Amino acid sequence: MNRPLQHVSVATARAVRAHVLRMTHSGRSSHVGSALSCADILAVLHTDVLELDPEHPDWPDRDRFVMSKGHAGAALYAVLAERGFFDPAVLHRHYQNGSYLSGHVSHVGVPGVEVSTGSLGHGLPIGAGLAWRARQTGRSWRTYVLLGDGECDEGSVWESALFAAHHELANLVAIVDYNGLQSLGTTEETLRLEPFAAKWRAFGWQVTEIDGHDHAALAKALAVPRSAEPGRPRCVLAHTVKGKGVSFMENEVLWHYRPPDDAELSRALAEVSA
Amino acid sequence: MRNRFFAGLLAAALVDPDVVLITADLGYGAVTEFATARPAQFVNAGVAEQNMAGLAAGMAMAGARVFTYSIANFPTLRCLEQIRNDICYHRADVTVVAVGGGLAYGALGMSHHATEDLAIMRALPGMAVAAPGDPMEVSAVLSDLLAAGGPAYLRLGKTGEPTVHQPGLELARGESVALRSGGEIALFTTGAILPNAIRAADLLADHGIHADVRSFPWVDPLDVPAVQDAAGRYATIVTVEEHSIVGGLGSAVAEVLAEMPAAAPLLRIALPAEAHSVVGDQEFLRAAHELDPEAISRRVRTHLEAKRGLARPIR
Repeated sequence: MNRPLQHVSVATARAVRAHVLRMTHSGRSSHVGSALSCADILAVLHTDVLELDPEHPDWPDRDRFVMSKGHAGAALYAVLAERGFFDPAVLHRHYQNGSYLSGHVSHVGVPGVEVSTGSLGHGLPIGAGLAWRARQTGRSWRTYVLLGDGECDEGSVWESALFAAHHELANLVAIVDYNGLQSLGTTEETLRLEPFAAKWRAFGWQVTEIDGHDHAALAKALAVPRSAEPGRPRCVLAHTVKGKGVSFMENEVLWHYRPPDDAELSRALAEVSA
Repeated sequence: MRNRFFAGLLAAALVDPDVVLITADLGYGAVTEFATARPAQFVNAGVAEQNMAGLAAGMAMAGARVFTYSIANFPTLRCLEQIRNDICYHRADVTVVAVGGGLAYGALGMSHHATEDLAIMRALPGMAVAAPGDPMEVSAVLSDLLAAGGPAYLRLGKTGEPTVHQPGLELARGESVALRSGGEIALFTTGAILPNAIRAADLLADHGIHADVRSFPWVDPLDVPAVQDAAGRYATIVTVEEHSIVGGLGSAVAEVLAEMPAAAPLLRIALPAEAHSVVGDQEFLRAAHELDPEAISRRVRTHLEAKRGLARPIR
């Protein structure tokens, strides 16, 4: 695909990871592993995919992005700042007293945030409503929803999966950050999702499985035509590593909860900058 | 009430393509006309209330004016968090409509008794809560909902409720409406139990007690000035509602009165805060829970006799 653009998205992902590490360190906040897991997905969305105007966040024909895994809010705030919706200098206010930059995604006071989330299983129904409305009004903007894999335990995800397929919402893309870890352990030992792709296909979705840290693969899988034409909704199962980019955080449930201390921050920043 | 609502909604949808109706697979016969006349503005979301509420929020975020519809507790409690986070927090123009408020589906059993809805919806931030008392109040409330938008909750009765008001009733959001004035006590009521409150006032008159009746189609925002005015005007204020005694109109009125330096005594007539296992039709259950006109009148008289000589004697 487009090498210069990937160069940009890789740089963005690197910046997002560094922001996320500093934010969770200074805020003493949880979910650093979740944020690192989806940093590449968010970076590619924002450099190669989503048509947005940071100068006009309410531009009516913008693509919509719903961060359904709202606990990784730090990563969304970071990528929005990198995209130019607001000054990255305010990111340090994440989790602070009196701040709008809450741990879970909130749209109030944060330009570029489309939908507030934090309770799992809310984003795909909202995304389906957005996509339905685009179709109803004949608009070509697209709706992307990023879900966690553990989030797919929620029944509401499958209610909306039925709905989107029934109404042929081809303008809706569900991306699952499939790192295989949820709150207390692996998705396999908690509530088995596999055969996961087959489930989405059985619900009527067009499924692409990719390496969720491969920017070229992400850009290709997420390139959905801007169109109000009906068709199968798309699910991108992005195989990821929780804590990606920081060796001692990778694949460890601990980092769903623990913020990095001073020494860990230094080591982690060195790794993600390398 | 239900028919008046759908007639009003369809009339609005015919001139405003942004009006959207979503049902969670209920409304047999009731939604057909709308669905046929405006198929592009109608969605049957299936038996999936959480998705319905989320869909409504998403559609509203992109400019639709959405009404979600189901019966009893399904459009409210089943998807309460979606209403709180997705609709209320985003100030989405969504009105959640429940048909069968109170004990309208009495014989269907506890699952279908919508008896805590006003309390729970009233507690949500930014949520307007309406419970019209007759078809005219439905029209007046719907006009406001269409003009000013959601987030809102609209509790309807079922069908066949008597018309109390004259045609052409107009109400601002939060405005109550007086049906009788000049009395010594006041009956405040909300929702489809309104005719019982009026009939109870008739029965009280037979006992020489003159009761004003005021209907509160809006529980939130509450008509606080009307309550404050009544606090200094009447010997007793009585609230009558087909809802749990916890958190409904009686509670809302009590909250206002409790913050006043001096106020009339309050008698709250409502359903006991318990699940109702004994079934029956709406009139049977109203009587079983002392919400029929005779029981309301009797409870008011008992209350007044107990108070007589204490706070403010009547006569």
